[in-house]
Amino acid sequence: MPGTEEPAILMEGVDKYYGAFQALKSVNFRVASGERIVLCGPSGSGKSTLVRCINRLETVQRGRIVVDGTELTAGRKAVDAVRRDVGMVFQQFNLFPHMTVLQNCMLAPIKVRGARREEARETAMRLLARVQIQEQANKYPAQLSGGQQQRVAIARALCMSPRIMLFDEPTSALDPEMVKEVLDTMIGLAAESVTMVCVTHEMGFARAVANRVVFMADGEIVEEAPPDEFFSAPKHRRTQAFLGQLLKH
Amino acid sequence: MITTLGPAQFLLLAQGLAWTLALSAIGFALGGLGGLVIALARSSGLKWLEGLAAFFIEVFRGTPLLLQLFIVYYGVGLLDLSVSPWMAVSIALMLHASAFLGEIWRGSIEAIPAGQTEAALALGIHYATRMRYIILPQALKISVPATIGFLVQLVKGTSLAAIIGFTELSRTGTLLSNITYRPLLIFGIVGLAYFAVCWPLSRLGRAMERRLTPAART
Ligand SMILES: Nc1ncnc2c1ncn2[C@@H]1O[C@H](COP(=O)(O)OP(=O)(O)OP(=O)(O)O)[C@@H](O)[C@H]1O
Ligand SMILES: [Mg+2]
Repeated sequence: MPGTEEPAILMEGVDKYYGAFQALKSVNFRVASGERIVLCGPSGSGKSTLVRCINRLETVQRGRIVVDGTELTAGRKAVDAVRRDVGMVFQQFNLFPHMTVLQNCMLAPIKVRGARREEARETAMRLLARVQIQEQANKYPAQLSGGQQQRVAIARALCMSPRIMLFDEPTSALDPEMVKEVLDTMIGLAAESVTMVCVTHEMGFARAVANRVVFMADGEIVEEAPPDEFFSAPKHRRTQAFLGQLLKH
Repeated sequence: MITTLGPAQFLLLAQGLAWTLALSAIGFALGGLGGLVIALARSSGLKWLEGLAAFFIEVFRGTPLLLQLFIVYYGVGLLDLSVSPWMAVSIALMLHASAFLGEIWRGSIEAIPAGQTEAALALGIHYATRMRYIILPQALKISVPATIGFLVQLVKGTSLAAIIGFTELSRTGTLLSNITYRPLLIFGIVGLAYFAVCWPLSRLGRAMERRLTPAART
């Protein structure tokens, strides 16, 4: 399947610097529509940076990024178009604390998509039900557990009907007993045709849903393979070292 | 001729107090608008605009209000415009309050975690909506104690308007003490009047601070 139609995400020769420090080194990355990618690698390897370049939370110094057919340039039109198509879930949830769960989910559809209130509310309630948190719709984020907050964050992103979902370590800030409820929500999402790029070290999740696991080190993509192959027969020395580390925990 | 302190004099003091309150309200209202503009400029991410706003803040925080009143009063007069003391005082208080409130609110805006802006950007939310619905409501909430603190300063600061002939509470006190020869009594009353306005404000500020602190911790 990959490679035939237009890719959902295409990065070609992308260089990204923070000042003098090079965080991405000539990265080539291609995600087919509907594909589910798990991105892993040691801390500081550039995983967050790569993901954040896709919806232009970070700008790049060199290379091409094309998202759903839109070439990502500085132009506001391109950025808007891409962000409308791409949802993002953060490690720290980043819910708006002064708004209820429902308001969190309704703001962008109303203000960005121009949805009517009723319509936005219906969509929000439907998606909150889907992440099984509709009873909490009128609560504030601080009244929810971490796992519940992260599910709200997923619902909030889904309310914009994105075709691509980015996750940056969505379970890393959670207490262990809440990891499963969020992963289950994401596995449910994977059953649909949403393209997913997920930074995570949850290898069970990678085995269950990923079409491909991508390993990064020092700002480069070192190795990529389907999960079976990736875990059973990692080729690169750094991948082996990384997986060895991971197993020890 | 010595006048005694009767109802007529109390009426004058009440009028003076009313002017003081009116000046404070004007300063706060205009300064609130100006301060919002300054705070947004100061945190806009545009270097030249941030520099301009920083300069404005430094100038008006680094010079006495008294001087600002003089300069506006005589400065605008030089432009061959006839300025009423009202105009001069309003402009000076506005500039003064804009600088202080702008700096207070800039701090609060910058105290909002970057994740809030990132979440908004990722949802495709543009600047105006982001500020109006996400950043400012949170920023203004945490700035309430400092804002009220400044308001108290402003109420007391309006007494300087007396210098350019404005008959607010302090000046009324001066005039009355000149004709009654009872400065201690008069200024005691004037002081009480200021206190009666500022103390509840301070209390309100502290109460809100207490209410906000636990929320900030979670
Ligand atoms: N805003 C920034 N300014 C300067 N350097 C940065 C910035 N953000 C990231 N970096 C640096 O870029 C490198 C890659 O960071 P990035 O956050 O992408 O790593 P990561 O793979 O997501 O790591 P982690 O697993 O710890 O989240 C790191 O060395 C980091 O210190
Ligand atoms: Mg990261």
